[in-house]
Amino acid sequence: MSGATVSEVKFSELEKKVKRENWRRIWFRFKKSKLSVIGLSMILILLFMAVFAEYVAPYPSHAGLYIAFKNAYKPPSIEHILGTDMYGRDVFSRIIFGFRYAFMMIGLVLSIVVPTGVILGLIAGYYRGTFIETVIVRLSDIFISLPPLVLALSIASILEPNIFNSMLAVSLMWWPWYVKLTYSMTVSLRNEPFILAAESQGASTLHILFRELLPIELGTILTKVTLDAGWVILIGAAISFVGLGAQPPTPDLGTMVSEYSKYLPEYWWMSLGPAAGIVLIILAFNLLGDGVRDVFAGE
Amino acid sequence: MSNYTILSVSDLRKYFTTAEGVVRAVDGVSFNVKHGETLALVGESGSGKTTTGHVIMGFYPPDGGKIIYKGAYELSIPMKKRPLELKRDIQIVFQDPGTSLNPKRLVKDIISLPLLVHRIVDKRRVYEKVAELLEYVGLSEEYMFRYPHELGGGEKQLVAIARALAPNPSFIILDESTSALDVSSQAKVLNTLVKIQNELKLTYLLITHDLGVVRNISQRVMIMYLGKIYEEAPTEEFFKLPMHPYTQMLLSSIPTLSEEDEKIKPRGIESVGEIPSAVKPPSGCRFHTRCPFAKQICMEKDPPDIIVNNNHIVRCWLYE
Amino acid sequence: MLLEINDLHVYYKSYWYILKVLNGVWLRVDKGERVGIIGESGSGKTTLLKSILKILPQNGIIPRGEIRYDGKNILKLGDNELTKIRRKEIGIIFQDPMAALNPVFTIKEQLYDIIKHKMMIEGHNPSSKELHEQAVKILNDVRLPDPERVLKSYPFQLSGGMRQRVMIAMALISAEKLLLADEPTTNLDVTIQDQILKLIHKLVTEKNLSTILVSHALGMVYQMTDRVFVLYAGDIMEEAGTNELFNHPKHPYTQLLISSTPRLSSVGVGEGIKGKIPDYRNPPPGCRFAPRCPYVMDKCINMKPGKIQVNRDHVVSCYLYD
Ligand SMILES: Nc1ncnc2c1ncn2[C@@H]1O[C@H](COP(=O)(O)OP(=O)(O)O)[C@@H](O)[C@H]1O
Ligand SMILES: Nc1ncnc2c1ncn2[C@@H]1O[C@H](COP(=O)(O)OP(=O)(O)O)[C@@H](O)[C@H]1O
Ligand SMILES: [Mg+2]
Ligand SMILES: [Mg+2]
Repeated sequence: MSGATVSEVKFSELEKKVKRENWRRIWFRFKKSKLSVIGLSMILILLFMAVFAEYVAPYPSHAGLYIAFKNAYKPPSIEHILGTDMYGRDVFSRIIFGFRYAFMMIGLVLSIVVPTGVILGLIAGYYRGTFIETVIVRLSDIFISLPPLVLALSIASILEPNIFNSMLAVSLMWWPWYVKLTYSMTVSLRNEPFILAAESQGASTLHILFRELLPIELGTILTKVTLDAGWVILIGAAISFVGLGAQPPTPDLGTMVSEYSKYLPEYWWMSLGPAAGIVLIILAFNLLGDGVRDVFAGE
Repeated sequence: MSNYTILSVSDLRKYFTTAEGVVRAVDGVSFNVKHGETLALVGESGSGKTTTGHVIMGFYPPDGGKIIYKGAYELSIPMKKRPLELKRDIQIVFQDPGTSLNPKRLVKDIISLPLLVHRIVDKRRVYEKVAELLEYVGLSEEYMFRYPHELGGGEKQLVAIARALAPNPSFIILDESTSALDVSSQAKVLNTLVKIQNELKLTYLLITHDLGVVRNISQRVMIMYLGKIYEEAPTEEFFKLPMHPYTQMLLSSIPTLSEEDEKIKPRGIESVGEIPSAVKPPSGCRFHTRCPFAKQICMEKDPPDIIVNNNHIVRCWLYE
Repeated sequence: MLLEINDLHVYYKSYWYILKVLNGVWLRVDKGERVGIIGESGSGKTTLLKSILKILPQNGIIPRGEIRYDGKNILKLGDNELTKIRRKEIGIIFQDPMAALNPVFTIKEQLYDIIKHKMMIEGHNPSSKELHEQAVKILNDVRLPDPERVLKSYPFQLSGGMRQRVMIAMALISAEKLLLADEPTTNLDVTIQDQILKLIHKLVTEKNLSTILVSHALGMVYQMTDRVFVLYAGDIMEEAGTNELFNHPKHPYTQLLISSTPRLSSVGVGEGIKGKIPDYRNPPPGCRFAPRCPYVMDKCINMKPGKIQVNRDHVVSCYLYD
């Protein structure tokens, strides 16, 4: 008994080492591309600002409802680097809080969409030729055939317009794409000898789906996730822009652009800041996405 | 050694429906495999060897015939519905080393799956058992923590063999398991297969198109052409007295490496033509379109079983 | 001497590393001689053939070496002269006909194109009637039944054996002096392999072509060639007349390779070769076979052995014979 334990411990140590080695290899490949490292750093910085917005923002109280008319319509200056808005709020501070909402949106949407889509896609592909496949594939085809923005907008307009519901709307139009991606990969892997081998040895369906198929598909899925993150922001902003998303005074970037665009062109700095904020996040995720793709493409 | 029949296949049929029509991949095949032997199933590609193996594995159901395993199990039931002990007892090693191992799983995970599914060892002893299995097929324990892409073709096949051995099976289907390998790796794999068979009393169904391999590890040979079996014989006898013109054509096509080998090859027959489509197989003896000795009757009627001696059967009108 | 290769190095460059594949290869082919190259897959056989025609992939570079063909250094020739050689003098049969035939053109279009270019080099612009005659003739030469139907087909409509015959036909059009065959039958059944090999043998003899036959199937090389070079991991390990090489192999690598081949007349194969082909990013500095060699000595690890003449017709690169 005790003798066995010694070598088992040695082996499990070795296994951990190999797994660590893997991470190092992934990081090594990722950092080959300077741009993706820049993307990652941008995201980390933005995330930091979002989490600690209360401490990072120069005027945290300006985030929501706050009125100081004597300060309104100030162009960029040392005190207010991106100027102030029509209520005298510091635009820069609001953008920092805007990042918080942006990351919340991304997190919320992707945590609904990715697991749903991936699990359904795996199941549909695995049960190829059965009614389970038909149901899942048909359903996602229907959602895909609807024009995405129209769908999102109509859902958002039925429900009460707030940031949560607008994200629900975005999720509803997004999941079928993950089904499609995962489904097509699963179908092509389904009858590979290594899957047949595992099945014929008695592996459970759960094992096949999550231990055999998913690890192979993960790279492609992750690449899509990072590239999609930017789009979540863009669509969210579009919904907010037409007034169906978050409502003022929520410091959501899209809502801010929408609110402030009424003051164009004289008070350009109001819209410029939040618009730039949106572009920055999208850019960061796209740079990251390229790096993630490179990590997995080499396999 | 008890020579009971471990697998008995009778009048097995498997048809595939395709755009071109119905492919008669396996069309009335019968044979018995004895416990502890290696039975080789030989023929050109497209003759239905893999399909035969896959039906036995249960990857798809047969369209006719019976497969009885160990006198007790009916193998026509699909893989997923088979009792766990069958999934343990029958294993397969595939042809292509590149696709037979999951590229994302460590060798240790690949081999430990059957160990855990069939509770061969206690969870805490898995590493040791995997190391033991690797050692057994001639790989050192450090291979445990490698991914398939870090292995050569022969090493991958050895891992696939270790995986097949893990649940202590009785019967292994080897589907062209060395065809994709260089001779040097093939030699290692062949030697390993022979060693473990002797030690573990395994039964092999060896699917191959390489008669050199057949000569080296099998005790009996069956020649398959377009879904039917045309000759079967003990290996020794098979190379001494190949009877069916198709068998002779296969043998005479082998590029040999020495004078002694050259002497084994039948004279007076030369390889001609190609295997026809299994959608519209030729009437009568399916080989008649390529056979230099074909007679009128060969085109009209299925050849009868000619019993050359106890264990040597040929299906050919020439010997009627 | 039709072809002579000396100290040929070929590297593949990737973004992250350099693969040092060929490591000073030598080779010679006389007029009318049939030469074989054997070695495990990944040894650089295809790379060597492709360098002869200078058709390496884009990332392939030749930092050093000399390829003398018919008195000219191929590596220094201009594009015009190279094209001429490729279209008229040296033909190549690839391992995978699907990769060499263009899937979107019919066999006719592809054959006509090759014949036309060759005739234009000869200063003659063929009419479509001439093209057709030539194409049918060449398909008959490779024993393809029903050439008219084959001409109208797309590659995917032909069986593997037929595609390989078309490939041979195409190679023969451009091979007036030298035919390169890269594992011409690897994916075919023995029966078809036998037909193809006999065909190549017959055509080559008729036209008195020099050939280089590359293969990892030893029996085929034994049957088809006069002289054999053993290539392992980018180094020529041994060179000898075919009979001499297969009956009296000297290099441990050659010995293991030959003893690993299953025989028809006896049971039992050698134990194979342990390990695998080295990583070309970081190949062994001495003999490239050293890490797998059962007789490895200290000096093998540090310095590459030179050519050692063991007898008139037999050269080996191994310290055991020093
Ligand atoms: N899943 C399938 N669908 C349709 N045809 C198939 C399928 N599997 C095999 N076949 C056909 O069945 C015949 C026999 O194939 P196979 O068993 O793979 O032969 P072998 O293993 O002897 O080369 C071939 O004509 C092949 O094209
Ligand atoms: N275009 C390429 N880029 C990078 N590596 C290559 C390329 N072509 C071949 N190689 C590598 O060069 C080595 C020799 O390949 P090859 O000449 O095809 O060997 P063989 O024909 O003997 O099997 C292999 O390791 C192969 O992976
Ligand atoms: Mg097969
Ligand atoms: Mg090659």
